[in-house]
Amino acid sequence: MTRRRQSAGPTRGLALGPRLFLLGLVAVTLMIIDHRQQHLATIRDTLSVVLFPVQALVNLPFATWHWGRDVTAARRALLEEVRELREARLDVSVQLQRLASLEAENARLRAMMGASRQAADRVLVAEILAVDLDPYRHRFTVNKGNRHEVHVGQALLDAHGVLGQIVRVQPFTAEAILISDADHALPVIVNRNGLRTIAMGTGDTDRLSLPFLPNSADIEEGDLLVSSGLGGAFPSGYPVARVSRVERRPGAAFAEISAEPAAALQRAREVLLVWSSRDPREDEDTTPADGDDTAIAEAAQQERP
Amino acid sequence: MTAERSSLAVGTVSIVFALMLAIVPLPQPVTGMRPDWVLLALVFWCLAAPHRFGLAWAFGLGLLLDTLSGALLGQHALALLLVIYLTLKFRLRLRVFPLAQLMIAVLVLLVIYQFTLFWIDGVAARSVPIRERWLPVITGTLAWPLVYWIGQRALRESEQQPARL
Repeated sequence: MTRRRQSAGPTRGLALGPRLFLLGLVAVTLMIIDHRQQHLATIRDTLSVVLFPVQALVNLPFATWHWGRDVTAARRALLEEVRELREARLDVSVQLQRLASLEAENARLRAMMGASRQAADRVLVAEILAVDLDPYRHRFTVNKGNRHEVHVGQALLDAHGVLGQIVRVQPFTAEAILISDADHALPVIVNRNGLRTIAMGTGDTDRLSLPFLPNSADIEEGDLLVSSGLGGAFPSGYPVARVSRVERRPGAAFAEISAEPAAALQRAREVLLVWSSRDPREDEDTTPADGDDTAIAEAAQQERP
Repeated sequence: MTAERSSLAVGTVSIVFALMLAIVPLPQPVTGMRPDWVLLALVFWCLAAPHRFGLAWAFGLGLLLDTLSGALLGQHALALLLVIYLTLKFRLRLRVFPLAQLMIAVLVLLVIYQFTLFWIDGVAARSVPIRERWLPVITGTLAWPLVYWIGQRALRESEQQPARL
């Protein structure tokens, strides 16, 4: 009770200065603990449960808008959409038939070579909550959490490619980082020739950079980059980005290469959470960023049983 | 006493509203210009009802902001504590300021707030762009008259008597 009563003069509780000192000390201690070790998950969880109604309330008008649009859509528009979807599905299923035979062939070849088989990945559809987090970081919140077995380091995809990964899990929600965040990096290979490299986020949603390729590297504009699965966080073989610019500067050690993310980083509303077929505990390092982001370090920490 | 209690209720509601404004999605080009609504609301209520709102609120709301933004736990709390401490310290002087002068004071508070956040980011080695940091300071200062006006009206409604801040 004394805490609530502020600065009503020296008669009530502590004076302003000591109070600031005490609370400031607590804040600084919290920050140090949060930065050094990651033992504050319970505090965060509690606070996030408190905040969930606020987030849900903010999300409500947007959810209502989407729902309302679906409900009031004209019959003709719906028919049109169904027709388009049918066509698209036909298209996809034709491709899938080829994929099935290719997969069988791949499995046969792998068996011949004695390599391990790749099992299919399990996925779950999650929705992005319409809430903004820090404008300087590319983070977002999805509406699936602990209760849906979401785990830290889990990959997120949309229909076109890799979107990001989960950095923090709360009971009802989970926080994810986009591949374009300046603190994010993920291992990729060039689909054309298997060249391995790392795609770093730039803080700009339509550009990734590939800073570690020498001038002589065999990479061209238009090359598709797919996730390599190295590092164990992302499942392998999903499209990440397409190379948009290659600049080879004589004299510089590395070429300057940027790529455009395949996933719709800004527009995605529904995302796929992917459980890799491999046990995530087998390999402990998620794809850590170059700079040390505590959230990702935390991801690596919490992975440990 | 009832007036004080109702100012607590109205203030709490407005601060929850400010929390919501802090996470409402904005279009990409303007998302960096979002004023620090929670800070503005809390500064207002610390001036209007200093017996009800103070450092404990700053600390708690700071922790909530940290959780919302995924920042270090305590980062916003510390910055808010500093700002609210200054507000309370100079409360009597700020209360008699005309609006224009009050805006300058708010500008100073916002600069301190953003600088603290920026400094902690730097110490924790988080890569954060520097350029956009001053935008919330400007928009926050410009948003102050709005906060002030709405707050005054809310105060008047709640207390049924003309309150001068």
